[in-house]
Amino acid sequence: MLMPHPLLGLRDAREFSYLGDARLLDRPDPNAPDAEAAFCDYVFLRDNPAGVHRELWFHEQGDRSWLVVTRDTVTHEVLGAELARDVALARKGSGA
Amino acid sequence: MTRLSGGLIDRSQALSFTFDGKRYEGLSGDTLASALLANDVRLMGRSFKYHRPRGVLSAGSEEPNALVELRSGAWQEPNTRATVVELFDGLEARSQNRWPSLGFDALAVNDLLAPFLTAGFYYKTFMWPKGFWEKLYEPAIRKAAGLGSLSMQPDPDAYDRGYLHCDLLVIGGGGAGLAAALTAARSGARVILADEDFRLGGRLLRETDTLDEVHASEWISAMEAEFESLPSVRIMRRTTVFGVYDHGIYGAVEQVSDHLPQPGDQVRQTLWRITAKRAVLAAGAIERPIAFADNDRPGIMLAGAMRSYANRWAVCPSETVAVFTNNDDGHRTARDLAAKGIQIAAVIDVRPEAKARGDYRLIAEGMVTGSRGRLGLTAIEVQADGKSEWINCGALGVSGGWNPNVHLASHHRGRPIWSDDLQAFLPGEGGPSGLLPAGATTGCFSTAAALRSGAETARRALQEIGVAARLPELPRAEEEGYKIAPIFHVQGRRRAWVDFQNDVTVKDIKLAHTENMRPVEHLKRYTTLGMATDQGKTANVTGLAVMAELTGRTIPETGTTIFRPPYAPVALSVLGGGDTGPHFRPRRLTPTHYWAEARGAVFVEAGQWMRAQYFPLAGETHWRQSVDREAMAARSGLGLCDVTTLGKIDVQGPHAGEFLNRLYSNMMATLKVGRIRYGLMLREDGFAYDDGTCARLAEDHYVVTTTTANAGLVFRNMEFARQCLWPELDVQLISTTDAWAQIAVAGPKSRALLARIVDGFDLSNEAFPFMACAALTVSGGLRARLFRISFSGELAYEIAVAARYGHALMERLMELGADLGATPYGTEALGVLRIEKGHAAGAELNGQTTANMLGFGSMVSQKKDSIGAVMSRREGLASDRHRLVGLQPVDPAGKVVSGSHLFAEDAPHSFDTDQGWITSACYSPHQGSMIGLGFLDKGDERLGEVIVAANPLEGESARLRVVPAHFVDPEGVRLRE
Amino acid sequence: MKFSGFRVFAEALKGHTGWRPLWRDPDPKQSYDYVIVGGGGHGLATAYYLAKTFGRSRIAVLEKGWLGSGNVGRNTTIIRSNYLLAGNEPFYEFSMKLWEGLEQELNFNAMVSQRGIINLFHTDAQRDAFRRRGNAMILAGAGARLLGREELRATVPFLNFDNARFPIKGGLMQPRAGTARHDGVAWGYARGADRHGVDLIQNCEVTGFRIDRGRVRGLETSRGYIAADKIGVAVAGSSGRVMAMAGKRLPIESHVLQAFVTEGLKPTIPGVITFGAGHFYISQSDKGGLVFGGDIDGYNSYAQRGNLPVVEDVTEGGMALMPMIGRARLLRMWGGVVDMSMDGSPIIDRTHIDGLYFNGGWCYGGFKATPASGYAFAHLLATGSPHEISRAYRFDRFASGYVIDERGAGAQPNLH
Repeated sequence: MLMPHPLLGLRDAREFSYLGDARLLDRPDPNAPDAEAAFCDYVFLRDNPAGVHRELWFHEQGDRSWLVVTRDTVTHEVLGAELARDVALARKGSGA
Repeated sequence: MTRLSGGLIDRSQALSFTFDGKRYEGLSGDTLASALLANDVRLMGRSFKYHRPRGVLSAGSEEPNALVELRSGAWQEPNTRATVVELFDGLEARSQNRWPSLGFDALAVNDLLAPFLTAGFYYKTFMWPKGFWEKLYEPAIRKAAGLGSLSMQPDPDAYDRGYLHCDLLVIGGGGAGLAAALTAARSGARVILADEDFRLGGRLLRETDTLDEVHASEWISAMEAEFESLPSVRIMRRTTVFGVYDHGIYGAVEQVSDHLPQPGDQVRQTLWRITAKRAVLAAGAIERPIAFADNDRPGIMLAGAMRSYANRWAVCPSETVAVFTNNDDGHRTARDLAAKGIQIAAVIDVRPEAKARGDYRLIAEGMVTGSRGRLGLTAIEVQADGKSEWINCGALGVSGGWNPNVHLASHHRGRPIWSDDLQAFLPGEGGPSGLLPAGATTGCFSTAAALRSGAETARRALQEIGVAARLPELPRAEEEGYKIAPIFHVQGRRRAWVDFQNDVTVKDIKLAHTENMRPVEHLKRYTTLGMATDQGKTANVTGLAVMAELTGRTIPETGTTIFRPPYAPVALSVLGGGDTGPHFRPRRLTPTHYWAEARGAVFVEAGQWMRAQYFPLAGETHWRQSVDREAMAARSGLGLCDVTTLGKIDVQGPHAGEFLNRLYSNMMATLKVGRIRYGLMLREDGFAYDDGTCARLAEDHYVVTTTTANAGLVFRNMEFARQCLWPELDVQLISTTDAWAQIAVAGPKSRALLARIVDGFDLSNEAFPFMACAALTVSGGLRARLFRISFSGELAYEIAVAARYGHALMERLMELGADLGATPYGTEALGVLRIEKGHAAGAELNGQTTANMLGFGSMVSQKKDSIGAVMSRREGLASDRHRLVGLQPVDPAGKVVSGSHLFAEDAPHSFDTDQGWITSACYSPHQGSMIGLGFLDKGDERLGEVIVAANPLEGESARLRVVPAHFVDPEGVRLRE
Repeated sequence: MKFSGFRVFAEALKGHTGWRPLWRDPDPKQSYDYVIVGGGGHGLATAYYLAKTFGRSRIAVLEKGWLGSGNVGRNTTIIRSNYLLAGNEPFYEFSMKLWEGLEQELNFNAMVSQRGIINLFHTDAQRDAFRRRGNAMILAGAGARLLGREELRATVPFLNFDNARFPIKGGLMQPRAGTARHDGVAWGYARGADRHGVDLIQNCEVTGFRIDRGRVRGLETSRGYIAADKIGVAVAGSSGRVMAMAGKRLPIESHVLQAFVTEGLKPTIPGVITFGAGHFYISQSDKGGLVFGGDIDGYNSYAQRGNLPVVEDVTEGGMALMPMIGRARLLRMWGGVVDMSMDGSPIIDRTHIDGLYFNGGWCYGGFKATPASGYAFAHLLATGSPHEISRAYRFDRFASGYVIDERGAGAQPNLH
């Protein structure tokens, strides 16, 4: 596979390591009253769609960027990639 | 027989070769199959199940019958298709799957037993008596099964792998492929043309039709010359594109030196990963036979193959041949052979409207219904007009029509679509994106149509990537029609072969139908149709057609099985790319590696690292002597150990402390500058993950260490935390594991040694106490970092310098410490020291343990959040009462074995009574006995108790006393002195 | 019709005219007591034991494709019970015992072949971990042997003992492990279930669940609505897709696992061998093909195909371990979608919806579990309570923390 790195262009996927669902960006509030349940959901449960999936890849053999890649899990087509840091900052900024 | 006229062989270059030990002569340009035919060898192999005598069926990589063992010794190569082996001088080949000889094969008895050996018979028998399967039936089946054999010696040849990139990859160098490559090449695009043959031209080389009134080979030569002149074009002969992978990546194997007697300095093969923006699939078409009774005798072959052998290699399996066809193409074979002086006994065409294309006997609306000849064809039985006759012939060309080679276009679960006109599958929807089929692969069977299709498809492909290409002027070529009747097999009572290699007959398909194994995947798996080394290239469509006829459904309703890579079988050696033996993985060497090597150190693999395990001295005959000595030196004097392999991560920025607070379960932000704190990391699921130290060198600068094994993973997780979880924190990370050499200086005399190397730095306990750190210089100005930490439990330091000075530092320390008894120690002694001190390592931090189990429960701060803190409070983790304890044998001479399971004394041994296990064990020179660490249920409450360590795996059991996990200096006085 | 050597003989004499379909092709009825979704190995085994052992009737198996088209049709056929943890090992040993009597139970030769498995170790730490595991196996009655380097060399002399990057120090062997003919297992259970009255319905895709006040009532399918009292879902590889229709998120990701087979060869490799320093395991089929595999590709996928990096990684491992296989040729590679769970262990449990039960999360170990999984799932469906051997395979173990993490890799499926 080839990954469209937002800074470096197309890179071979073997330079990356894979983590999983991009919801792992949304770490729950540890101080909320239902924190344990929220963490169980966050750590263990997945939508695991057959189709478009937003997921986290780490450019381990490259510039060490974490990327949020949008990819179809049925065709493996990559629809886009963003710096995870930008995504995370945008979410925090919007209060999401 | 003698060679025919013409052909693309070099009659001036005779090549000598052997088959089954007998010497023959062929010509340069021959394949093994054509050379054998030229020597009147028709019998080339035996079938898999019935051991039927077989000759060559095809003239390409689809060959099911003519499989040989090529070469000898460690170079032996089983199941090699004689049709694709380029002849070289001295070639050795042997027939396979026969005993004692190809002509007389004892297992041909299976053919007589065929009534019992029908499809799937083995699922119904061999069940009684129980236990006889492994002892009797299966060994016999395994021995009879298989085809060729491996030499059982390592492959002696070299292999390589490489990457290529292009705008357009053209797969197949026949007419369509050449036209595609020409179109693209003239546009200036970067082009790769790959073809599995050793000569470009594909079918063009096998026909007599002209291009612009000259022999096709002349046009091909002109193309080759033009490609040669263009730097943007790469022609790859002997290269099979075997698979299509995601995003335009193609796997290909180039047979670099398979056509040579020995590779010499070259590799045998290269694995290429070709990244192409677009690809044109011009893989041609593969002819299929018609199944009829006894249609598998040597001499019966595909009509197109027979024509190929005559036109390209100037050979024919017999001087008298017949042709059996359901389409126009069979007549071309009769025409070409007749032109070469071969006698055409008859052309049998199933179609009533068939017309002869030359001066030969045509039997229209005829069927071949049988054959004769034990080891080679002598006659065929023909039925027409309600009459039956035997026609003598030594060879029969059979054409059941052509299947476009949709294989690669059907990777990625592309589903081919059925064409009623062609009675064949064409590339369909859902195939790999960016791969455009052309030429005969799309059903353009005439030369002119194939050339046009190739050029137009290339233009379209280039257009998609923004390259404008003009259609080249193409040569005038034949443009004949192709008509076919939907006849796939001839009805009859005798066996008619569909899959030649696996001996699947029409009867087997009927049985599968009877037993309701009708879905195409059941058909395949139950009968083994299409599962032989040719993957059913000549068999599958016929098999489907027979099943469709039985179920009354259409062929497209019946469906196809899934096409999978590789297109043609690929040697495992080349897929491994040559990274074998010691080159399997890179070796990481510590900065003191060569120093240790010079001292005779024994090394051990630690992940990718090579670490000194121990340093034997003259007279030491057992590793324990060395290790005991090294450990004692560190306890009582001075020991030196390279600990560079521990992960080191530099953390800088105004929020470094807050960042580490969130990563480690304990507080790090409160650490004073110049001090070090032990840190425990949890995974987000609450289990213990990794441990190490955090040293604060400045307000905004920490250096943290990880275990050797987790260095990469911890860094990955820290970057995740930094970029994904808390991007608002101003903190930067860099891995410095390879940048700093780090040496542990351990033992009561360590301060004395370091005092001799530091540049005026105060090492007194007051100025630089336990868990202090500093940046300083040593040896007159060399930048260094000093950490007062101890893994051994002794007064100890770790000193770090730039990696390139590591070797020199070790030499200097050894030199300066000679009078102090400086002793290098390796990982074994390191392990002994840490077990004696009760420090957890990989065996304890195995990802299944909690902070509580390790005795670190109190380190998980309740005052702040950190990764894993919330989840560590879950019941399953909190209630696990295993605790890390020390274990000592009741009998001082007794053994402590890691991996033993722990039980209460007198308790029965079962899963239910299992109370824990031993994680680490060693001989402790300090204790004078073996000792161990282990997790024991409620271990913290059972100090002093005697328990049993059971190791039934090695028939051992020992009584052990539970003790605290600190065998040395439990109060921690020594390391603070 | 009972299968036997005599029957084959008798049929041969009369031209094979007496054979009957291995199973019927019934149309779905309007309602069943039990519907098993998924006609793979686990689903078919569940239906078989539900009917045969637990005496239930009015049972259907719904399969969207052809019987055995689940992962039972595309695995590397290994059976073993060499686990470490108490939640796993008794379950797999129960499965092994069922394997040992499978042919006689089913009157179908699934070619269970106990030629042994050897897990190689290359470091002292690996040996210690294997010793702990081997002892657990012995405690569970599974049997195990620790082979030293020389003993191993005598058994499998063709391994790379002398020129390896990671020297082979020994191996943990389970002599009772081995392989079984994967399709034969599916067909044997299918035929057995059919003979006990189970309706096996092919080409019947579930498109939705009908759920009423927290209780399942039936299924929408491509062949119409089918009412059911109890529904068991056993669709590993599609678990996420199917359970999403019932509104259930799972602690599972779908990943692609590739497998490989070479051309047929004369006997080369006696049992199953796994490499401890790379991603590679291998056995040889009765037909002669070397069957091997390695690690998952590592990213979420439903594509049933993988990519070249893993192909190369696996064959590199093979060449490093046994360089004598180099001149064998790879014939076919394929990918299967596996349910990678968050702790590497499966789930056999009820769900939040009454009457709806789930079986999945088998990672790449589902084949060997087939008999026990079917047995335990049938027990759960029939009695409403988990079988003793599968009581740890609960959904709520993730919330409670009683995870069964053999690898110690945590909640990252591609590390299990």
